[in-house]
Amino acid sequence: MSITEDQARKVAHLARIAVDDAALPALARDLSGILHFMDQLNEVDVEGIEPMTGVTPMRLKRREDVVTSGGMADKILSNAPDAREGFFAVPKVVE
Amino acid sequence: MTNVNRLTIAEARDALARGDLTSVELTDACLGAIDAAGALNAFVHHTPDMARDMARAADARIKAGDAAPMTGIPVGIKDVFCVRGVPSQAGSRILQGFTPEYESTVTQNLWNAGAVMLGKLNQDEFAMGSTNESSCYGPAVNPWRGPDGAQLTPGGSSGGSAAAVAADLCLGATGTDTGGSIRQPAAFTGTVGLKPTYGRVSRWGVIAYASSLDQAGPMTRTVRDAAIMLGAMASADPQDSTCADLPVPDFEAALTGDIRGKRIGIPREYRVDGMPDAIDALWRQGAEMLRDAGAEIVDISLPHTKYALPAYYVIAPAEASSNLARYDGVRYGHRATLGSGDGITQMYENTRAQGFGPEVQRRVMIGTYVLSAGFYDAYYNRARRVRALIKRDFDQAFAAGIDSILAPATPSAAFPLGSGDKGDPVQMYLNDVFTVTLNLAGLPGIAVPVGQDAQGLPLGLQLIGRPFEEGDLLNQAQVLEAAAGFVAKPDRWW
Repeated sequence: MSITEDQARKVAHLARIAVDDAALPALARDLSGILHFMDQLNEVDVEGIEPMTGVTPMRLKRREDVVTSGGMADKILSNAPDAREGFFAVPKVVE
Repeated sequence: MTNVNRLTIAEARDALARGDLTSVELTDACLGAIDAAGALNAFVHHTPDMARDMARAADARIKAGDAAPMTGIPVGIKDVFCVRGVPSQAGSRILQGFTPEYESTVTQNLWNAGAVMLGKLNQDEFAMGSTNESSCYGPAVNPWRGPDGAQLTPGGSSGGSAAAVAADLCLGATGTDTGGSIRQPAAFTGTVGLKPTYGRVSRWGVIAYASSLDQAGPMTRTVRDAAIMLGAMASADPQDSTCADLPVPDFEAALTGDIRGKRIGIPREYRVDGMPDAIDALWRQGAEMLRDAGAEIVDISLPHTKYALPAYYVIAPAEASSNLARYDGVRYGHRATLGSGDGITQMYENTRAQGFGPEVQRRVMIGTYVLSAGFYDAYYNRARRVRALIKRDFDQAFAAGIDSILAPATPSAAFPLGSGDKGDPVQMYLNDVFTVTLNLAGLPGIAVPVGQDAQGLPLGLQLIGRPFEEGDLLNQAQVLEAAAGFVAKPDRWW
């Protein structure tokens, strides 16, 4: 499987990573090389095999549905690049 | 006592208990060694004041008769662990300036046991890499040098941890292993690296790469030290729903030296094309050593081994693309400067383009691709099915009475920094050929230094154990370590 420059542009956008047009051919080549390597997986007979979600056969832990933590907005905002009046601040989202 | 930074954890613990040594002396010796080892670029955030405070507290605790096995032992912490108040960037520019307000469970467990924090250790960015060259801090350097004085990679991603332990800058270090990131650097530096069973150690506060594969473990100079340090790191943890609710056994007590009757498998599929003679010979010698100690060596087959790497390089990037979506310039770390008229999409895209290095960008995009509509079944689901078959191979070997599996840790000794950068990411991924299988299966594995190649560089072997039987695995590893008698140290040039 190879991917085209257009597909590389699309995947970069889906991943929200800016890529210059000039860098797209090299990116498409890299991604194609990796996908080609993965194509080996097509040799394996996986008929009747369930996709694995976790290695340990265990039931997901349960706990009481209660508030166990919170009330620390200052701590949560302390690493924000831009925080104002107790909120994260971002560029205008809604026109 | 002189050069106390060279002591093993067990030796230091005993000297501290006897009163022959204080934690303050031991910590100062390590801090001095760290200051003199800037050329190794192993420690990337230094916490000497914190270290001395913790050492004084440890000395008081020892005096009060309240010492735990790690009390007063100075350790280094891989940058990927969140430590409250200490920069924690996972080797990435995108977390520049991030100072956690909370503590990872592993480090909290270590501090509760009385261990002393020396600083943060270099690593590949988000633990993606096998050479430490994808770090935003520049590569850590292997204390072992090539025959012509060439600077070698300490391996990765836990390269700073391995370099620091090998160069006696700390007595032990934490690492994390998603596809070999503890065991490969340990093998490249002549040290011991243990990847525990998935779920043995909490992932809470460990900056995530691939959540179904990531596992933290100890990197030390001896197998006994790995047993001691794992005991301090491991715990059940309500904060990590994948962390097993199992009691933590006394791993050191499992080191009986008796492995008579153990059945140790030699997987034929690990004999890969182009494997250097030195690695092949080492593997045979290792099997002989275990046989001489009374183990039974059995040829086994793990038929899906060759598909582990391609499966890993679908699953790990898929999980990474999801985990790393949180780095968007909103909540922490780097945010790109916006041009006039730039909206939130430009902010995301420019922040991530500037903050992530090339290998991380590549893996996030591959992960995005294999999870995208139309490819999810062909790549991601197929890889997860192959993963189930890889685990089944191991399950069948264990069900047939195999206690552990002996294999090389790496396909080569440490190689020069810069030599892997040939522009082909797949070539670099092949470094993980012997290590990724057990991450996919969730099994514990340990790299033990067993010999040296013709250039005098360390070579390691890997033992793979049954799930949650790290004690048994460590016991076999210690027998191998004792039989190999690896005592070489790098000549000090830094």
